[in-house]
Amino acid sequence: MNILRRNVLKGAGAAGAVTVAVAAGLMKPTAAFAGWNKAGFESKNLDSALGSIGGNSASASGDISVKAPDIAENGAVVPVEIISNIAGTDSIAIIGEKNTLPLIAVFNLSNGAQGYISTRIKMGSTSNVIALVKAGGKSYKAHKEVKVTIGGCGG
Amino acid sequence: MAEPMKIRASMSGDTADVKCLMNHPMETGLRKDAKTGGVVPAHHITNVTASVNGKTVMDAEWGGGISKNPYLAFKVKGAKAGDKVQISWTDNQGDRNTAETTIG
Repeated sequence: MNILRRNVLKGAGAAGAVTVAVAAGLMKPTAAFAGWNKAGFESKNLDSALGSIGGNSASASGDISVKAPDIAENGAVVPVEIISNIAGTDSIAIIGEKNTLPLIAVFNLSNGAQGYISTRIKMGSTSNVIALVKAGGKSYKAHKEVKVTIGGCGG
Repeated sequence: MAEPMKIRASMSGDTADVKCLMNHPMETGLRKDAKTGGVVPAHHITNVTASVNGKTVMDAEWGGGISKNPYLAFKVKGAKAGDKVQISWTDNQGDRNTAETTIG
């Protein structure tokens, strides 16, 4: 009876499903959109951006692969794929080494999400794309250089 | 109201591939308007969450360094065909959007 009722409610649409999830205690309203690392994302300094996500002591790892083009003609759209083969990858962060704002994104993974993220980023100038992976309380990193012919940050 | 977003999920082996395209200007707050010379205010997605059958699988924080009209793909192990995948975002101006699909 209850299961049927839930399915009917879910059918009411995406907003309905969220309401049901919240009501059922599966998703706390605060947890749905946790905080935003303002200090990290607004930092114009690579070291402090890395520090804000606890990445200063990250060790280089060959188990992370950063796939990006060797040369990006348009820095506004650089496809990036990060694959972490480290068991128990908890989070993947993407950093543009010489971007005005180096920290680009942090992805926290849970409940079966694999160490894989594919997206498109902006790059201000030729530099390294750094992937910072956290697994089991330790930090690892890897990078790949991308040559940018037209910067994408429009500074 | 935000523009609609596209979401697609398919099984490959025991892993679900989820792909998503969002519509968003993703202004960094650094760019100058060519005509007025004034700085275009920051307007970008700050938080993205994804869930499978109501369980959060990914919870991301974004800066303005993600490209305009963002593309995002990720993989979830243990998901099954027929499971519901939902992706939501909010931006720094309080706008938000949600899309849902069924793994095919």
